[in-house]
Amino acid sequence: MEKPVLLTIKGMQIEGRSGDAWHPIIKGVDLTLHKGEVLGLIGESGAGKSTLGLAAMGFARDGCRISGGTIDFDGIDLRTAPEAARRGLRGKRIAYVAQSAAASFNPAHKLIDQYCEGPVVHGVMSREKAEADAVELYRRMRLPNPEEIGFRYPHQVSGGQLQRAMTAMAMACRPDLIIFDEPTTALDVTTQIEVLAAIRDIVRQFGTAAIYITHDLAVVAQMADRIKVLLRGDEVEEADTRSMLAAPREDYTKSLWAVRSFARTEQPPATGTPVVSVRNVTAAYGTVDVLKNVSFDIHARRTVAVVGESGSGKSTTARVITGLLSPRKGEVLFNGKPLPPSFKARSREELRQCQMIYQMADTALNPKLRLRELIGRPAEMYLGLKGKALETRIRDLLALIELEPDKYIDRLPGELSGGQKQRIGIARALAAEPQLIICDEVTSALDQIVQEGILKLLDRLQGELNLAYMFITHDLATVKSIADEVVVMQHGAVVERGPKAELFADPKEDYTNLLLSSVPEMDPDWLNRLLAERGELA
Amino acid sequence: MTILLSIFIGLGLFFLVGFAGRTALHAAAPAHHKPMFRDMPLTASFGLAVIAIYVVVAILAPVIAPFGEGQVLGAAYQPWAAPHYLGTDKLGRDMLTRLIYGARNTVGIAFATTALAFVLGSVLGIWAALVGGRLDQWMSRFVDALMAIPALIFSLLLLTIFGTSVLTLILVIAAVDATRVYRLARSVAQGIVVMDYIEAARLRGEGMWRLIRREILPNAMAPLVAEFGLRFCFVFLSISALSFLGLGIKPPTADWGSMVRENATLITFGDITPLLPAGAIALLTVAVNFVVDWQLHRASGLKE
Repeated sequence: MEKPVLLTIKGMQIEGRSGDAWHPIIKGVDLTLHKGEVLGLIGESGAGKSTLGLAAMGFARDGCRISGGTIDFDGIDLRTAPEAARRGLRGKRIAYVAQSAAASFNPAHKLIDQYCEGPVVHGVMSREKAEADAVELYRRMRLPNPEEIGFRYPHQVSGGQLQRAMTAMAMACRPDLIIFDEPTTALDVTTQIEVLAAIRDIVRQFGTAAIYITHDLAVVAQMADRIKVLLRGDEVEEADTRSMLAAPREDYTKSLWAVRSFARTEQPPATGTPVVSVRNVTAAYGTVDVLKNVSFDIHARRTVAVVGESGSGKSTTARVITGLLSPRKGEVLFNGKPLPPSFKARSREELRQCQMIYQMADTALNPKLRLRELIGRPAEMYLGLKGKALETRIRDLLALIELEPDKYIDRLPGELSGGQKQRIGIARALAAEPQLIICDEVTSALDQIVQEGILKLLDRLQGELNLAYMFITHDLATVKSIADEVVVMQHGAVVERGPKAELFADPKEDYTNLLLSSVPEMDPDWLNRLLAERGELA
Repeated sequence: MTILLSIFIGLGLFFLVGFAGRTALHAAAPAHHKPMFRDMPLTASFGLAVIAIYVVVAILAPVIAPFGEGQVLGAAYQPWAAPHYLGTDKLGRDMLTRLIYGARNTVGIAFATTALAFVLGSVLGIWAALVGGRLDQWMSRFVDALMAIPALIFSLLLLTIFGTSVLTLILVIAAVDATRVYRLARSVAQGIVVMDYIEAARLRGEGMWRLIRREILPNAMAPLVAEFGLRFCFVFLSISALSFLGLGIKPPTADWGSMVRENATLITFGDITPLLPAGAIALLTVAVNFVVDWQLHRASGLKE
């Protein structure tokens, strides 16, 4: 049976300004949403997911304008309705949950004050009633201490809790429609599950319709009744979740599905002296120990993935290896010889051998330097290349990372896409001709298709250049595709380590098990099944 | 009426020169710099034209000027008529000549002072931010202490100690100004040194000088350039204030600030001659700020 239609968008066209020219972002997309239905919007970044989501509120971001089409929300034409009428709807009948709750809450006010603002301004409830209601919703969102948590400031609450508090806030006026804009993208897998379950339950309880925007297919499979795939502002296809997963029609959709299929060939167990050997390292920030007795080895031509939630000490381990943080106890051996604890005491040769690729290519590349200098500098510094030889080397490196040298050599990082920037980060590390490259969440800021390209590139380079990788990530799908060995960390200690196949097939520790089972799967019943299993355990 | 008309014609000429200059630069520039000149606003080309003309006048002063800088030529306060096209001052020196020489002294000193203050202040400021810790504390508290003393009194003190010459004048004003630049550069650099690319450069083993010059300075340029425009204009004020107190530029050397003061009495008679040097300062200030705005716009990436 068909429920009544809540939102109809027809021929939506949105343009964005760059300089003096307007160029299209959304090119005539239709969207229909029934009452109580959850629609998943997926696509790469830049596909126009968020722009379309906001358009459902009759809103266009700064620098964007709605140039064509109609938006009909429950009989109200949002394009022609006066601003006051639209304001009356927002927060009351249409609510929005942003990607980063940490950035979207006002840090100067308590959670409950921000909760109450909407209902009170819209005249739905009195302040007292709103506060009581907040506690009720916090409870339904399964937040700890619902009576008390609202009186905290945003920074006193964890990321996952904050995201749930924001969802509760969106629910405050019992809207007809909520737009979720990548609500779990910034969270760890174990936290993500709680948030997903809470969001799904509350949407069902109140019969709210939702538009769920994400780039993670496995997540959308759990949440949405129907899925719409966007590509560069155009609709690729739309179908209900199960049939879309079972039989995608378009090639692009199929390619999205196939992304996770990349897997590196199995490597025989490594022997000989490891390139890097971390021995019983204990390290502290101030007086707090953040690493406790951490040990593992990395061999040449091998990738060791270090996984764990944020705050588990993954990046701190990298800082100890690079010498940014001196360990309190223990040592780091490089080819069997101990490295000086601080990078300042290391020789240029020792520095050259260990290079790092950062998570955010945006902040890892100096925005004012051209690629020529960004990539050329390590080669010039460590290998003493100059003039012609340096130029040739830079061009070779650009070719190696599959960027056309003539086109890119004089560009600034700002003139590149996210994936290209990350490739430059890789080229900069390669320019030093190191033995070990530390990859700190190098793919987590990228779209899945771009991720795939980067992983393949790293894999190819490893074979060609005999590199050892330390691969820090919280994304277990990435681990599955690229790692040879896995080190699982929690609270600054190594929980479990071993070859990938063994560890995935038969995890020994509870925590590893929890981590592995929390990775969303494409199966739309996965979340139900998992929650049922865990419910039995608890 | 004629005066207003000549002002309009003069400004129009500057605009024309700016427009022509922009077209010429655009044609002459290498390919990847072309967009820079194509997107240059007309105000910026006007500013560049004014600065270029000032520079030419300053360099060629002895050639252009009809008379000697300190030459007394006849009666005081003569009206605007040949051969003294802008009249004479209270000692009977040719006004036009002194305006031309003034460009040399005032602009030269102001530019040297500001440039010195900026090199000193920004390098030290960035260095302090980069090293941090005790060095930063010592330097910053020392600068705070210097800034607690009123600038004019402090410069007077230093000039009295070291004697007055053009060189000491430049050094003293630069030292006082550098404290302000230091503050700005340090706070801007503090936001930059925590970026990953600085960490990457440090891990690469880059030296301090390279970090300051190639990694941090280009990213701190926007606020520094804005401050440059402001400081440059304040230096005129400092010089004329010090000249007024007898510790600045010594007569008979011409300087615009002092020229305004020396001939101020003429204003009571409805003669605008004393406003000419003031106008010269104002025009240059506006021109510099036009160029600075353009650079700021570019550096902040608003156009890119």
